[in-house]
Amino acid sequence: MSIAEPASLSDTHPGLGTPLIEMREISIAFGGIKAVDGASVDLMPGEVVGLLGHNGAGKSTLIKILSGAYRADSGTILLNGEEVSIASPRDAKRHGIETIYQTLALADNVDAAANIFLGRELLTGWGTLDDASMESETRKVMGRLNPHFRRFKEPVKALSGGQRQSVAIARAIYFNARMLIMDEPTAALGPAETRQVAELILQLKKQGIGIFLISHDLHDVFDLADRITVMKNGKVVGTARTADVSQDDVLGMIISGKCPPAAVAGPGALRG
Amino acid sequence: MSEGVAMRSPLTSSGSEIAPAPASPAQERRSLSDHLREIEFDPRMIGMVAALAVIWLGFNWLSDGAFLSSRNLWNLLVQTASIAVMACGMVLVIVTRNIDLSVGSMLGFVGMVVGVVQVRLLPGIWGFEHPLTWIVSLALAIGLGGLVGLLQGALIAYLAIPSFIVTLGGLLIWRGAAWWVTQGQTVAPMDSRFRPLGGGVDGAIGSMASWAIGTALCLAICAAAALIRRRRKRFGFVLRPLWAEILIAAIGCGAVIATVMMANSYALPAGIARRLVEAKGGTWPEGGLVIGHGLAVPVLVALAVGIAMTFLANRLRFGRYVFAIGGNPEAAQLSGVNTRKVLTLVFGLMGALVGISACISTARLNAATNSAGTLDELYVIAAAVIGGTSLAGGVGTIAGAMLGALVMQSLQSGMVLIGVDAPLQNIVVGIVLVVAVWLDGVYRKRLS
Repeated sequence: MSIAEPASLSDTHPGLGTPLIEMREISIAFGGIKAVDGASVDLMPGEVVGLLGHNGAGKSTLIKILSGAYRADSGTILLNGEEVSIASPRDAKRHGIETIYQTLALADNVDAAANIFLGRELLTGWGTLDDASMESETRKVMGRLNPHFRRFKEPVKALSGGQRQSVAIARAIYFNARMLIMDEPTAALGPAETRQVAELILQLKKQGIGIFLISHDLHDVFDLADRITVMKNGKVVGTARTADVSQDDVLGMIISGKCPPAAVAGPGALRG
Repeated sequence: MSEGVAMRSPLTSSGSEIAPAPASPAQERRSLSDHLREIEFDPRMIGMVAALAVIWLGFNWLSDGAFLSSRNLWNLLVQTASIAVMACGMVLVIVTRNIDLSVGSMLGFVGMVVGVVQVRLLPGIWGFEHPLTWIVSLALAIGLGGLVGLLQGALIAYLAIPSFIVTLGGLLIWRGAAWWVTQGQTVAPMDSRFRPLGGGVDGAIGSMASWAIGTALCLAICAAAALIRRRRKRFGFVLRPLWAEILIAAIGCGAVIATVMMANSYALPAGIARRLVEAKGGTWPEGGLVIGHGLAVPVLVALAVGIAMTFLANRLRFGRYVFAIGGNPEAAQLSGVNTRKVLTLVFGLMGALVGISACISTARLNAATNSAGTLDELYVIAAAVIGGTSLAGGVGTIAGAMLGALVMQSLQSGMVLIGVDAPLQNIVVGIVLVVAVWLDGVYRKRLS
């Protein structure tokens, strides 16, 4: 399928320099079903891009390709204009891409510090685990996110939904991520905690971190995202600046794939 | 178990860190369980020690004092060693939500190979009783066991065949292979330097060496406690009360000293003691002389394995990954842990420990038979589970599994001692296993 460059930056961000992330023509199929089909998205420094779509639209799959959980069948990923290969979650983290998964992806039986440093443990000079340092660092980062948190020694299974979410977020931001993927970060949270996450997103944005925000909640996305990309049946319907479109426009994109004039149509847009 | 002090498993769910250090008046009234939590002691461990005490005292009463004789306890520890060593590996296997049903058959197979190499192959190369024979045999057993384990682990991790199936196949395959090595012939006797691995008179290190090891262990316990405390202090974390720290260290040292005293008070048979004295150029006194056995080599091997495995499980990255995989395999993978590699290595480690146990069993029997280790897989799994390892994965301690092995062996030895029929022994062990797991489940539910 060779359509003119879909939703490219030059359309939405004229003269804004190199994007942090550019995913081009990404495709992946599972057992003959194309979960993602020629999707292209991009993300600028300090920008929040909302990824929207029904369940099964391919947004989580697309994002899992970026975080290294899946490998794309075809397509390229550019970070700061340079093509990179992301073959594993380790690769993604090395490039500064951190992910907060919808399921949180926490090991329930170990404590907050063990989760935050899982795969990147701090070691003593002897090569053994430096639990004291890890706990100390955990106290610092959790103090920023959730000042009332005290249950450092308990397995995260014993924590509340909001506390578990804080641990997952702490794991993502502790290692100085440059790009953050948040998959339904507020799904398990109450209103107060949701507000907390929103504040955090704005704070991270200010630090120049680029964020992909996946959410089913249109209000959330409209409040936080600078741009919105809608997916349907594995294809990008279109990308638009949040300020240029109404919620009804976006709903139309999600439900019927109809692209409003203010959006840049992608390959998944309804033709005609 | 002396290493209990050094244990700082991330799994011990204690809330002691919650309470700020200064004691407020509201905190005056506290229950026993609060105290236990405060000193970060796993109540389940205390429960198991209590169960062991009940079993020991009960059998001692029923056997008119024979059970708690130094002779019986010494043999009890020696008999526990083989299962205890394998239980250490089984904990990690079960923690990763897997099972290894093949360890008994693997023990038979590795034992047979070691027997043949030691009795037929090596003597053909460098003659009988060569000083290197025992170490080559031991290394071969660990290597062969490790390879078998790695093979099974790779099938489980990379081909995604359920561990139950792979190791059930292994149970049949390695038992058959054990027969195949010599077409069912028993191989004996073992090298005289190899036999101490199984215990017996040759495998006792004597009183002096026992005290030396006991002293070293006590010093290590105290040093570890002090080191951990200093480290936590430097970071300004809440500390255990000093009395608790001292109490725990004292319990550990007490257990070590009691074990050494017990082993030293188990006297060598007079004839052997006499030969020993005369070999050193002394004269055998008129009224005889009491020379203690001292600690047994297989017990020391098991202890060393237990300490090493506890260190690996709690202090190394590998152990952290094992537990994380058990808690949430997907999360571990998304965090960048190479879960397949870790899983393969866990089974490889299990196999290497089976190799050590194969040497202990073969040396103890002074023969390699193809039926060695029959049903051991069930005793090993039972020891781990009685010791608090959850079959759901993610939870378990090495020290608990070793205690579990001791509980199982105590039951069996005790029943033999008081003359319980063999079929009834199995019935009792089976019931104890089921009840122990039920109690553990009840306890866990109350926690959460």
